[in-house]
Amino acid sequence: MELNVQSVLKWIEKLNDKIQNNKEYLTSLDQAIGDGDHGINMARGFQEVINKTTTSQYDTVSDLTKDVAMTLMSKVGGASGPLYGTAFLKLSMSVKGKDPVDHDAFTAGVQEALNGIQQRGKANEGEKTLVDVWAPVLRFLQENSEFEPGKLEETAKVAMESTKDIIAIRGRAAYLKERSKGHLDPGSVSSFYLFQSLAEVLQEGE
Amino acid sequence: MAYVGIVLISHSPKVAEGIKDIIRQVMKEVPVETAGGTDDHEIGTSVEKIQAAIERADGGKGVLLFYDLGSAMMNAEVAVELSESEDVKVAVDLPLLEGSYVGAVESGMGKSLDEVLAAVKKAFK
Repeated sequence: MELNVQSVLKWIEKLNDKIQNNKEYLTSLDQAIGDGDHGINMARGFQEVINKTTTSQYDTVSDLTKDVAMTLMSKVGGASGPLYGTAFLKLSMSVKGKDPVDHDAFTAGVQEALNGIQQRGKANEGEKTLVDVWAPVLRFLQENSEFEPGKLEETAKVAMESTKDIIAIRGRAAYLKERSKGHLDPGSVSSFYLFQSLAEVLQEGE
Repeated sequence: MAYVGIVLISHSPKVAEGIKDIIRQVMKEVPVETAGGTDDHEIGTSVEKIQAAIERADGGKGVLLFYDLGSAMMNAEVAVELSESEDVKVAVDLPLLEGSYVGAVESGMGKSLDEVLAAVKKAFK
């Protein structure tokens, strides 16, 4: 795989489309076990990202992902702002000076992004958070230096679905204890969209 | 005399303002600034609002941040990292209302940032 400014712009656009189209769905998931603002917050944040990235010029993937990070941190309002913001910021720092970003550089970036998410949210795998999608995706990237994009999407999808049976111990859902079981984690669903969008960009690039 | 500043971070602008009113009843000199709600004054928190409140509250003796739920803590931490200052600290896992009240009283006694934070921790652990 190889990512440049153009393909990362496409990635962000696809992700924004999915979030806007599934805004009500994400909100309904969050109403079940959280504070019900995930769809609205993500839709607002990523629209601001698109407004910023479509009116700016970027020479490197690092510059582009840094702008994504700063916009998410300042515009989202809920927990997804600092979490996704931190993820993109760590990715940006990791891929600095590595254009185009190849498989190894991207995998290292995802590792840094996941570390950032875990540090910010104080969450481990198996606690019904977006970590439950990012960690399996990272392992997939580490184990497969070459892969079919569809497999990446499948990994993220299975991981997202696995959050349904977990009892939450982080975030607002943790207050519900065992009643959080039986519901998908909204952050894992938006993270699935993120990796699904990436898979589509890689598919088109082949 | 400079005092350690107090920043109140809440998902609700009303909650932050209400706590400030309670503190102001007894502590009039200590800088107390609010960062309640999102940029659009909706329920949530904003890094930019927190950064602005830190700047207003900083009288040279440091600033202590109190928060309510989830994203408030994460955004408080982001704001501290962006401030690149060692004199801005987050009161982690301490109650927003009671903690900031104790913090303001301790600050009013002229204590340092670390002393104020230690006193608040001691009051609730």
